[in-house]
Amino acid sequence: MHELAIVEGVVDAVAERLPGAQVTCVRLEIGALSGVVADSVRFCFELATEGTSLQGARLEITEPAGECRCRVCGRIFHPDMPIMACPCGSADVTVLAGQELKITSVMVA
Amino acid sequence: MCATCGCSGGAVVRVVDGQDDQHQHGHNHSQHGHQDGATGLLHAGTGADGARTVILEQKVLAKNDRLAALNREWLAERGVLAINLMSSPGAGKTTLLERTARELGGRLTVIEGDQETTLDASRIKAAGAAVVQINTGAGCHLDAAMVADGLRVLDPPGGSILFIENVGNLVCPALFDLGEAAKVVISSVTEGADKPAKYPNMFRQADLVLLNKTDLLPYVDFDVRAHSADLRRVSPASLMLQVSAATGEGLSAWYDWLWRRTPPPADRES
Repeated sequence: MHELAIVEGVVDAVAERLPGAQVTCVRLEIGALSGVVADSVRFCFELATEGTSLQGARLEITEPAGECRCRVCGRIFHPDMPIMACPCGSADVTVLAGQELKITSVMVA
Repeated sequence: MCATCGCSGGAVVRVVDGQDDQHQHGHNHSQHGHQDGATGLLHAGTGADGARTVILEQKVLAKNDRLAALNREWLAERGVLAINLMSSPGAGKTTLLERTARELGGRLTVIEGDQETTLDASRIKAAGAAVVQINTGAGCHLDAAMVADGLRVLDPPGGSILFIENVGNLVCPALFDLGEAAKVVISSVTEGADKPAKYPNMFRQADLVLLNKTDLLPYVDFDVRAHSADLRRVSPASLMLQVSAATGEGLSAWYDWLWRRTPPPADRES
């Protein structure tokens, strides 16, 4: 359940950047290939933000799809997890998108 | 609740080497003394209700990544090779380290991560290596702050090899950089051969995969070729060695791999 640690990381980062601010909304980007499950973050957000500057804040998550380029045939494709293999059969790929795990913005009162 | 690892009780560093067996260090992130430069904030407008949006565009794990970079820098300056050793519970991490400690002599130090108990640290100590135990409580992985605490207590000498034995788990430890020079993941033939396919995030990052318990291959239904094929699919460039930490089979290749990465003597004296 590292999603709890992820929410704690969000609380920490926001407190560090905006000390004392009352946060009403947090916007996160959690890519499909990031290794973090957005639904689990939603599940533990309320509990993990209790008693912090993020308590009661709305949580908005965008989930960019995975995108890879095959180093063998050059094709750009959207991988089916868990294996990031190109339709040509090669697994030698460059990940172009989907590994995002960031706080894009917050709203403060 | 611990700010980084999410553990409820706070991780504790226990020293089980030397004369100070009962000594415990509370895990307190505020004591790390790592400072960050203030970053300019972008304000992207104010809503009708007076609420304003502040653009942060910041990695969630930025704090852990900064602490890991400090660990990496400290280890490199000192000439210590740090290996983050990961596997599911029971794959043989501690058995491998016991044997490696015995066969490589006094060159090894170990940070042991477990949710509870000092059992593994006691085994490592008995094998002759200096060790500190980190108990993560409810936490499912080690993070860079815990390793920084462990490093301060362990104080590994220059030219040594430091193993960070992560909490047995193929999911969460993959996300947290500890400041290591290399990640080693152990699979074992008593697990399913499909582990690389099921836990691609972990195996994709591995600099080396050890397939352990090969002495049991005659007795278990484990398809080595299928395991290798799955590993190549998630990580085409990965290196795999077949070993048995119990019998010693295949371990010379493991030691060669370690020696190739250990800082040369000139670096150790600097």
